[in-house]
Amino acid sequence: MGRYVIRRLLQMIPVFIGATFLIFVMVYALGDPVSALFGDRGPDPATAKALREEFNLDHPLWQQYLLYMGKIFSGDFGTAFNGQPVTELMERAFPISFRLALVALTFEIVLGIVLGVVTGLRRGRSLDTTVLILTLVVIAVPTFVLGTTGQFFLGVEAGWIDPAVSPDARLDELIVPGLILALVSLAYVTRLTRTSVAENTRADYIRTAIAKGLPRRRVTVRHLLRNSLIPVVTYLGADIGTLMAGAIVTERIFNIQGVGYQLYQGILRQNSPTVVGFVVVLVLIFLLANLLVDLLYAVLDPRIRYA
Amino acid sequence: MPDQQSDKTPFGAQEVAAAKGLTAGTATAPETTAARSLWTDAWHDLRRNPVFIVSALLILFLVVISLWPGLIASRDPQRCQLGRSLEGPSAGHWFGFDTQGCDVYTRTVYGARASITVGLCATLGVAVLGAVVGGLAGFIGGFWDTLLSRLTDVFFGIPLVLGAIVFLSMITLTGIWPVVLVIAALSWPQIARISRGSVITAKQNDYVQAARALGASNSRMLLRHILPNAVAPVIVMATIMLGTFIALEATLSYLGVGLRPPTVSWGVDISAASDGMQFRNAPHILLYPAAALSLTVLAFIMLGDAVRDALDPKLR
Repeated sequence: MGRYVIRRLLQMIPVFIGATFLIFVMVYALGDPVSALFGDRGPDPATAKALREEFNLDHPLWQQYLLYMGKIFSGDFGTAFNGQPVTELMERAFPISFRLALVALTFEIVLGIVLGVVTGLRRGRSLDTTVLILTLVVIAVPTFVLGTTGQFFLGVEAGWIDPAVSPDARLDELIVPGLILALVSLAYVTRLTRTSVAENTRADYIRTAIAKGLPRRRVTVRHLLRNSLIPVVTYLGADIGTLMAGAIVTERIFNIQGVGYQLYQGILRQNSPTVVGFVVVLVLIFLLANLLVDLLYAVLDPRIRYA
Repeated sequence: MPDQQSDKTPFGAQEVAAAKGLTAGTATAPETTAARSLWTDAWHDLRRNPVFIVSALLILFLVVISLWPGLIASRDPQRCQLGRSLEGPSAGHWFGFDTQGCDVYTRTVYGARASITVGLCATLGVAVLGAVVGGLAGFIGGFWDTLLSRLTDVFFGIPLVLGAIVFLSMITLTGIWPVVLVIAALSWPQIARISRGSVITAKQNDYVQAARALGASNSRMLLRHILPNAVAPVIVMATIMLGTFIALEATLSYLGVGLRPPTVSWGVDISAASDGMQFRNAPHILLYPAAALSLTVLAFIMLGDAVRDALDPKLR
C-alpha cells in the first residue's frame, strides 16, 4: 500500500507539471498580463518594460514557467488586481468553497445513494419512474437556470433564504447554493447507484446471503451496498474537480466569495497571478482526490490489493 | 504489442493452405447460422425503443430547423423594436418580446443553430481526436502508449469548465469556433481512455491474431478488424457527451466567455434574461430559450441512453 501511494504520487508529478504548464501557456502566451493591468488606456512604455522585468516576462516561456513555479513553492503567488497578495485571497476563498463543496458532496452522497438504492431495489415501480424522470429533468435543465430561478423563488418571492450569501458564508446560508451546485451530480449519482444496485441484486453472493437467512437490512447494507458503491466512488472522485469549477456558476449567482468568485474576478480583470495561482491549487486538489478514490477501492473491494 | 517483423514472417506452404481452408470455412458459416452482427442487433433493438424514436425525431427536427430556421420562423432575429420591450405573448408573437424588443419565438428558433453546431462539431472533434490518440496508444503499445497515456492524463487533469473559461477569456476571437475548439481540446481524454481500453481488448482477439498470421498490414488490421469491434463504446460515450456539450456552451455563454451577441444563441438569451433578474416581470424571456435548451439536451441524453442500452452486450 505504502509503495503504491509513493508510486502514484511520483506519477502525479509529470501530470501536475503538464497541466499547470498548459494553463500557464494559455494565460501568459495568449493574454497580455501587463497591458491588462492598465485596462483600456495603453501603458507607458517605460513602466511596461519595468513591469515585464519584474514579472520575468522578458524571458522565454519555459523559463518564465520555472521561475513562476519556484516562486509558488516558496509561497509567493504574486499580487491580485487590487494589490492584495493572492495567498490572502486564497486564505479567505478556499474555506468558503470548501464548505460549499462539503454541503454539495453531503447532498450527493446521502440523497444520491439513498435514492439510488431505493429505486434500484424497486425497479419499474412508480417511485422509480418518478425519480428517473426527475433526474433527467435535473440533468437537462442547465444549473444556471435552476440557480437563478431557485434564487428568485426561494429568495425573492418566498423569502425563505437570503438571495445573496453574506461574506462570511455561514454553513446555513450555503444549504440552498450547495443543493443547486450538487443537483446535476446528484442526479448522476442516483442513476449510477440505481444501475449498479439493480445489477448486483441478481449476483450469486446476494442469493447466498439471503439463503443464509441474513436479515434484509444486513444484506442490503453489508453485501449489496458495499459492492455497488465502487462505480459511484469513481464518479464522486472525478466530480470533486467539477464541483470546484462548477462553483464558478453557483458562486456567481449567489454572490459567494469563494474560489469560483475570485477566479472569475481574476479572469474578468485578466489578472494572471490570481488565475494561474488558483488553477494550480485546483489541479492539485483534483489529482489528490483521484488518488484518494483509487485508495478507497481497496477499502470497498477486498479483491483489490495494492502491492 | 505488434511488431513489424511478425507481418513479414515467411509462411510455410502448409500454413497458407491451412489458413485458406480456415477462411473458406468461415465464409460458409453465416449461411447456416445467419448470425446478426452487433450493429444489426442494435438497430433491431433501437427501432422498437420508443425513447429512441422520440429523441431521434426531436433531434432530426432540431437539425432541420438549425439548417433552415426560415421554415418555421419568418421574421429576422436581429430586427427588434425597442418600443415593444418585454411585451408579453400575443397573437402573431406567441413567445412575446425580450428586453431589446426582439421576437422571442424567432430568436428561440434561430438559437438552435449555434447549440446544434457547437454540440455536433465538438463531439466530432472529441471523438476523432480521442479515438486516434487512444486507439494508437492501445494498438502500438510500449513507449508510445506510455507517452500518449501521460499526455491524456495531463489534459484530464484540467477541469473542463475551468480550462474553457481561462482559454476563452484570454483569446480575442469570438464566435462558435473557439468554443468548439476549446471543448474538443479539453474533453478528448475521456474518449481516449475508453478507446485505448477497447482497442487493447480487441487486439487480443483470435481473429486479429489470425489476420496478422495471414500477413495483414498494420493499417489493415487496425481499420478492418480492430476499429469495427472497438468503436461501439466510443459512439456511446460521444452521444452522451453531445448533450453535455450543448449545456456547456450555454453555461460558457452565460458566464460571458462563450458566444456573445450578436450571435443568436439560447445561452446568450438566457444570460440576458437572468441578468439582474430581468425575468421577474417577464418570465417568458427566460422560459422559452431555457425550455428549448433543456429539451435539446434531454433529447441527446435520451438518445445516448438508448444507444448505450442497444450496444452494451452486458445488458442483453
